[in-house]
Amino acid sequence: MDMGSFLHQFVQQLINGVSLGSIYALIALGYTMIYGIIKLINFAHGDIYMLGAYFGFVATTMLGLSFLPALVFAMAAAAVAGIVIERVAYRPMRNAPRIAILITAIGVSFFLEYGMILIATPQPRTFPAVFDATVYNVAGLVINSQQIVILGSALVLMAALTYIVNHTKAGKAMRAVSFDMDAAQLMGINIDKVISMTFALGSSLAAAAGVLVSIYYNSIDPLMGMMPGMKAFVAAVLGGIGIIPGAMLGGIIMGVVEAMVSGFFSSTFRDAAAFGILILILLYKPSGLLGKNIREKV
Amino acid sequence: MKSWKKIVGVACTAVFMTSVVAGCGGDKKKDAANSNEIVIGAAFELTGGVANYGKSTLSGVKMAVDEVNKAGGINGKKIKLVESDTKSEPSEAGNAVTKLVTKDKAVAIIGPATSGSVAAASQIVTDNKIPLMAPVATAENITVKDGKTKPFIFRACFIDPFQGQIMAEFANKTLKVKNVAILYDSSSEYSKGLTAVFTKTLEKNGGKVVASEAFLAKDVDFKASLTKIKATNPEAIYVPAYYEEVAKIIKQAREIGLTCPMLGSDGWDSPKLAEIAGPAALNGTYFCSAYSAQDQEPSVQKFIKNYKAMFNAEPDNFAIHGYDAAMIVIEAIKRAGTTDGVKVAAEMAKTKDLQVATGKVTYDDKHNPISGAVIIELKDGVQTFKEKITL
Repeated sequence: MDMGSFLHQFVQQLINGVSLGSIYALIALGYTMIYGIIKLINFAHGDIYMLGAYFGFVATTMLGLSFLPALVFAMAAAAVAGIVIERVAYRPMRNAPRIAILITAIGVSFFLEYGMILIATPQPRTFPAVFDATVYNVAGLVINSQQIVILGSALVLMAALTYIVNHTKAGKAMRAVSFDMDAAQLMGINIDKVISMTFALGSSLAAAAGVLVSIYYNSIDPLMGMMPGMKAFVAAVLGGIGIIPGAMLGGIIMGVVEAMVSGFFSSTFRDAAAFGILILILLYKPSGLLGKNIREKV
Repeated sequence: MKSWKKIVGVACTAVFMTSVVAGCGGDKKKDAANSNEIVIGAAFELTGGVANYGKSTLSGVKMAVDEVNKAGGINGKKIKLVESDTKSEPSEAGNAVTKLVTKDKAVAIIGPATSGSVAAASQIVTDNKIPLMAPVATAENITVKDGKTKPFIFRACFIDPFQGQIMAEFANKTLKVKNVAILYDSSSEYSKGLTAVFTKTLEKNGGKVVASEAFLAKDVDFKASLTKIKATNPEAIYVPAYYEEVAKIIKQAREIGLTCPMLGSDGWDSPKLAEIAGPAALNGTYFCSAYSAQDQEPSVQKFIKNYKAMFNAEPDNFAIHGYDAAMIVIEAIKRAGTTDGVKVAAEMAKTKDLQVATGKVTYDDKHNPISGAVIIELKDGVQTFKEKITL
């Protein structure tokens, strides 16, 4: 491959990777927020993403909504689902050992997957094209309008989240609970409310990712959340679990690495590369790329 | 006194045990001799990723059973079709077939649809000496093991190497292309088998495989692999895989500006293909199938007419092979005059010039029917008969 075509390939794969990575980032944000607050790896998070896609499907086909209202509908519905799951499954376990609540999360994940199979059948469904995919050809590079919408929506949502966490009273409460739950409670912060809100925010981001992906790939099925959920988990760990900018960075890196490995080595190694990253990061920098190495006081 | 009690106890137990054993034996005999039914098991993918295949094939089987029962059954006995769901997973296929053989006492099994699931079920039927008829499983190795034909496994369709060969011939003779890229599913035997034969035939005809990329079933993003393929400037792309992934591959290929013809296999045959990929993206795509509704053969047209009358729907490739599969099994039981698995399997192997829906069936020594294939072109999402190829 000569230099010019190599560069061309490289940039094209970068575009593919960033648009895939922004999806991972959206899902990873929810993982990281929930971990940051209650130190729970919410394994059901990938299934909330699936739930969001189905809410989007209901909104576009049965209610006949267009893209933006459908997106808002799915996000709101998933937020409610997130709150309910936390209230029913996780809150009673809050003082239980960490392993018990982790296993509960796995149980919730199976419940959502197979519950959806029961309701919606395991058949993949075709997601309606809510807007046309225009293909732009810039200097031989191909960009699809859907990719731009995905990336744009992801950026807007991440910016909104950063604003909420850093510049609002609710965000301040979230940060306080994350820092020290008992101290926050003593300062008069309603912990239950803050945790519910975290679940609502995280779930609505996952739902947004679900709707965006469904529009992009045109099809949804009840088990669609499994693989993206795992990949987003790796992304969250890569960036440093519990750290919001880390999740974004981790997601984008994962997407780009996958595209580059498929593009320049072999597509068979793509998943191996993704999970290889997880092993490497756990071996050499368990706190993640943006994580600080905090010594535990004894 | 004590020892006396013991002896009585042992004697009672012994009597009880023998009666149970005898009872079991007696019941079984009675079942086989007095029952007015012959149970045939249908193990199909009724849910899961390839449920479309399982359901269609099962409709064909049902139609054949219905026809035979209306005409008086097998030697005066009615056929009872017992269904079991394999959930599109090979491990579940094993369970489904075990249930049909041991609990429902099926004398023959029809299904599952995909080769992987048939392979998973084949040891179970062999151990129980019950013939299994795979209507649409095209992997070459499901009827042979270590060069020997498996005595209880049969099929009603052509085999993968044949499909790969047909498509390579089509690429060479009709499309006149030399440089072909391949995108295959490395988690599927079906996809790998087709790729191997296609490559061999293409290279023998002077063509070249310019790129060979793999993906895994359930993948949704193929842009990285397609971008890599695009850089090799192929004249055509061969995608021997199932419709769920194929639809996304075609859609994304067209989006990144890959406009060359795309070639495929019978796994493409589903209305979902056009729904997910969009009709426009499918222009210039071809796949290989054993059946086309536009085939003017009288037996094919008669099947289509009866199928429409029964199900009020258009039959597909799977339905017609389900029908053929059931007919081959039923005729063999008729000729054998018994439901003994070994004898029925022997009769199935002797099938010669049997008139079924797709034409006349004769088995070769590997339990494969000898047949031809049609190339189907998708024009604006509509399947159109392109040509019939026989080797």
